[in-house]
Amino acid sequence: MTPEKLVYMANQIATAFARLPEDAAVAAIADHIDAFWDPRMRAHLLDLVEAGAPDLSPRVAAAAGRIRKPEAA
Amino acid sequence: MKDFIIPDPDFGTPARRSDKTVTLTIDGFEVTVPEGTSVMRAAAELGIEIPKLCATDSVEPIGSCRLCLVEIEGRRGTPASCTTPVADGMQVHTQTPKVAKLRRGVMELYISDHPLDCLTCAANGDCQLQDMAGAVGLRDVRYEAGANHFETRQNGEANPRYIEKDASNPYFTYDPSKCIACYRCVRACEEVQGTFALTVDGRGFEARISTGHDDFLGSDCVSCGACVQACPTATLQEKSVIEMGTPDRAVVTTCAYCGVGCSFRAEMKGDQLVRMVPSKDGKANRGHSCVKGRFAYGYATHPDRILNPMIRESIDQPWREVTWEEAFEFTARKFRGIQEKHGVRAIGGITSSRCTNEETFLVQKLIRQVFGNNNVDTCARVCHSPTGYGLKTTLGTSAGTQDFDSVEHADVVLIIGANPTDGHPVFASRLKKRLRQGAQLIVADPRRIDLVRGPHVRAAHHLPLRPGTNVALLTAMAHVIVAEGLTYDDFIRERCEMDAYQDWAGFVAEDRHSPEATEALTGVPAEEVRKAARLYATGGNAAIYYGLGVTEHSQGSTTVMAIANLAMATGNIGRPGVGVNPLRGQNNVQGSCDMGSFPHELPGYRHVHDDAARGLYEKLWNVTISDEPGLRIPNMLDAAVGGTFKGIYIQGEDILQSDPDTKHVASGLAAMDCVVVHDLFLNETANYAHVFLPGSTFLEKDGTFTNAERRINRVRRVMAPLNGLADWEVTQHLANAMGAGWTYAHPAEIMAEIAATTPSFAGVSYDLLEAEGSVQWPCNDAAPRGTPVMHEGGFVRGKGLFVVTDYVPTDERTGPRYPLLLTTGRILSQYNVGAQTRRTGNTVWHAEDVLEIHPHDAETRGISEGDWVRLASRSGETTLRATLSDRVSPGVVYTTFHHPETQANVVTSDYSDWATNCPEYKVTAVQVALTNGPSDWQLSYAERARAARRILPAAE
Ligand code: SF4
Ligand code: SF4
Ligand code: SF4
Ligand code: FES
Repeated sequence: MTPEKLVYMANQIATAFARLPEDAAVAAIADHIDAFWDPRMRAHLLDLVEAGAPDLSPRVAAAAGRIRKPEAA
Repeated sequence: MKDFIIPDPDFGTPARRSDKTVTLTIDGFEVTVPEGTSVMRAAAELGIEIPKLCATDSVEPIGSCRLCLVEIEGRRGTPASCTTPVADGMQVHTQTPKVAKLRRGVMELYISDHPLDCLTCAANGDCQLQDMAGAVGLRDVRYEAGANHFETRQNGEANPRYIEKDASNPYFTYDPSKCIACYRCVRACEEVQGTFALTVDGRGFEARISTGHDDFLGSDCVSCGACVQACPTATLQEKSVIEMGTPDRAVVTTCAYCGVGCSFRAEMKGDQLVRMVPSKDGKANRGHSCVKGRFAYGYATHPDRILNPMIRESIDQPWREVTWEEAFEFTARKFRGIQEKHGVRAIGGITSSRCTNEETFLVQKLIRQVFGNNNVDTCARVCHSPTGYGLKTTLGTSAGTQDFDSVEHADVVLIIGANPTDGHPVFASRLKKRLRQGAQLIVADPRRIDLVRGPHVRAAHHLPLRPGTNVALLTAMAHVIVAEGLTYDDFIRERCEMDAYQDWAGFVAEDRHSPEATEALTGVPAEEVRKAARLYATGGNAAIYYGLGVTEHSQGSTTVMAIANLAMATGNIGRPGVGVNPLRGQNNVQGSCDMGSFPHELPGYRHVHDDAARGLYEKLWNVTISDEPGLRIPNMLDAAVGGTFKGIYIQGEDILQSDPDTKHVASGLAAMDCVVVHDLFLNETANYAHVFLPGSTFLEKDGTFTNAERRINRVRRVMAPLNGLADWEVTQHLANAMGAGWTYAHPAEIMAEIAATTPSFAGVSYDLLEAEGSVQWPCNDAAPRGTPVMHEGGFVRGKGLFVVTDYVPTDERTGPRYPLLLTTGRILSQYNVGAQTRRTGNTVWHAEDVLEIHPHDAETRGISEGDWVRLASRSGETTLRATLSDRVSPGVVYTTFHHPETQANVVTSDYSDWATNCPEYKVTAVQVALTNGPSDWQLSYAERARAARRILPAAE
């Protein structure tokens, strides 16, 4: 998956929870990604956060710490 | 009718519903029936058959043939039993010398104007005129043949009353010379189908049945066949019966086309299917069907079907036919090889919503148990995955809340993003019946669908919103309901989470959500939105039915939640006549979702994080089940391009044609090392496949389908699989080639495993289905015979959850280069990618996909009716013919995606629903321009498809 697409998808999730207060939104984003994203997508996202993807919503970046660590296949 | 060959009793008049009962005596036998029942029907319930010609139990009686006369003590004359209601204490005599004489006289008249060619007639042995002549003891006809309708020539001249047979419809003929003017066909078309295509021209002896057009094909007839089924003679007759003769046995099974899930009697002669007749006992369809289910089954024996397994090392090679063993061994070796090299998660599969529950269950079991991952998805990804997410979040269960009978109790029906007369025709007929009885209709759809204005149906409000603004419109309706105090507060207080409700109510009440404020976005006049919202909230039982026009958007899940919010706020949930009803596309899309086809969910919608649920399967299957969600279809394709996903088993889906952004799908498939396609035909996806496993049709296997009302219907094998193996057997062999050791001998055993492991299916078994005909899940100890209406006492999730639905415009925007919005849909005669229907007589109605464009948009582009146009978006372009239509608003164009030559999905974008990745089919910014031929993509695609379909002659 291209980094742009992954960032786009993550940002869409952040937008859907935009109305929630910061903390609840960050938790909701992390939960949603844990529930629906395959480990390689999560790993990719975490790499992007690590590398400091500029287009990524700050709340997704904040959620990174709460996202379940993917194990290697 | 096939009354005495394969009994399916005709009670003569429709059943009546009443709390009051009436007791009477017929020929000395006492019988008790609901008030309003006809004497004819009461007699039939006793097993006493009163002769009849113009009455049949699918339509209201008109009392015209006078064959059903009876004598009633204390009443003068001989009333017609079909139009005489029962009364308490009535004493009826059905066989007296007086009525016998009268009946014989009636028959004599009929027969005098009927050709006596019974022995060579297609209805021989299946004709009620014949039966009645026998029943009344008609022995001679005293009238001389005078003026009549059946002789081609009279007195050396052409008979002016003779009308030639009309064979224009691909499936049935109309032979006016055999018509007895009973009007059963006219009434069936009106009352059962609701199309009003037939009328009566002339009166008395001159009365003729007419379509008002040159022939059936050129008329308003939608070929549902209700009139053919109702006709007592050979006047309206299936062509298959004309060709093959009458059937000799019937097997009840379920239509394999749409989510209505109609029950049929497959009428057979040996292993040949003579005709399909919708079953009166079918609880979804109540004896009705559409053209697809009744007539379009010819694909099952089409010469294009591939019957031998085939393999190839790479997709530029021709196919090589092999034995089943070789194909399974080849696939197993490839899949295991990929996993060794690229890891356990490098392969996956797609289940089919056209296959049975049992087959779907096995495919996900193959992936979870044998592949060892959760990389399983299904075509619901591209249609109703937002329904799953949205309804689970708000109500607690991923399914519609009602049965189809519920519509008989609705007072207001709101249809959003669905076109039932084309997509769910039998439900549409049932809805139209209710509308003719006075229920009110609101349609929210960018297009003026047929229901907005049809014969005897007129929507109270049509809200023609701009594609992509569903959330804004529904939130505006909620605004009106909250701001004008139309909420049902007791219901909300008792049944819903109050904090969430207050948060939501505050949100929708904001001025920026008012119809006036959102008019510029949605394009719908504010006053119409207000009126529609008031009607929905205050018009009595209000039911919402929605389709893919809701889900296939970047805010699909949000829209589903907005719908649930509306229903909860007005208390329209939890009883007959109301509810939230997704109209499911394919026959078993509900079932495939129920059976654990999603990469994050085990059967019964239990998340893979759920230790207890996983534990159940781990114990039974003796493996560790991964607790990591797998890849969804779009993710699989992305991962394939990225090099981490290398092999896929696709059962009964054509993702290349049905999924968005065709080029992206093609590059994903092309990047894989082993693509296995298991299907009836060499579909478009198979052009990229390394293994082809022939599939079987619904006529060739046992199993169950679950329709849009959660109804589990039996599918019964009526003929042996032409390819040798039913689909569930193919999956089992593949699993065993990979070391699974499965030993299922019959789908009933698979259902037993489903019931044992899935709480909502705990009570389901083939024995129960045999006894009940069908059941709606949940079916368990709490509801041993199933659940017609959900959320009756409380919501499945406990308290209903209101969710704030902020409108987020899609990023697919119009601009100077792409100024129009394309939305897609389907039509009655074709089904999905058309692989089946294109291989039947249905092609007479839809030979190609066309582009609907508003005359204004056409004019500014110099486009006239029938011109070839180029349809281009940011993703790609294609060409097709244009048709000018004011059903679409200016700025909106519309097409279907039934034909591979068009490949409408070359044009659709890669955007998808935020929660589920359900693609945004319903909104694409496009430009339309005149052109003179197919696009480069179409040409090169056709060339590649030809090359990819080569098959080497079998090496014997
Ligand atoms: S086939 Fe259906 S639509 Fe056509 S005339 Fe008969 S009842 Fe009407
Ligand atoms: S076509 Fe058949 S159903 Fe219609 S009026 Fe004639 S005999 Fe009756
Ligand atoms: S396609 Fe749908 S409506 Fe038509 S017969 Fe089949 S299940 Fe019924
Ligand atoms: S059946 Fe009653 S009048 Fe024809």
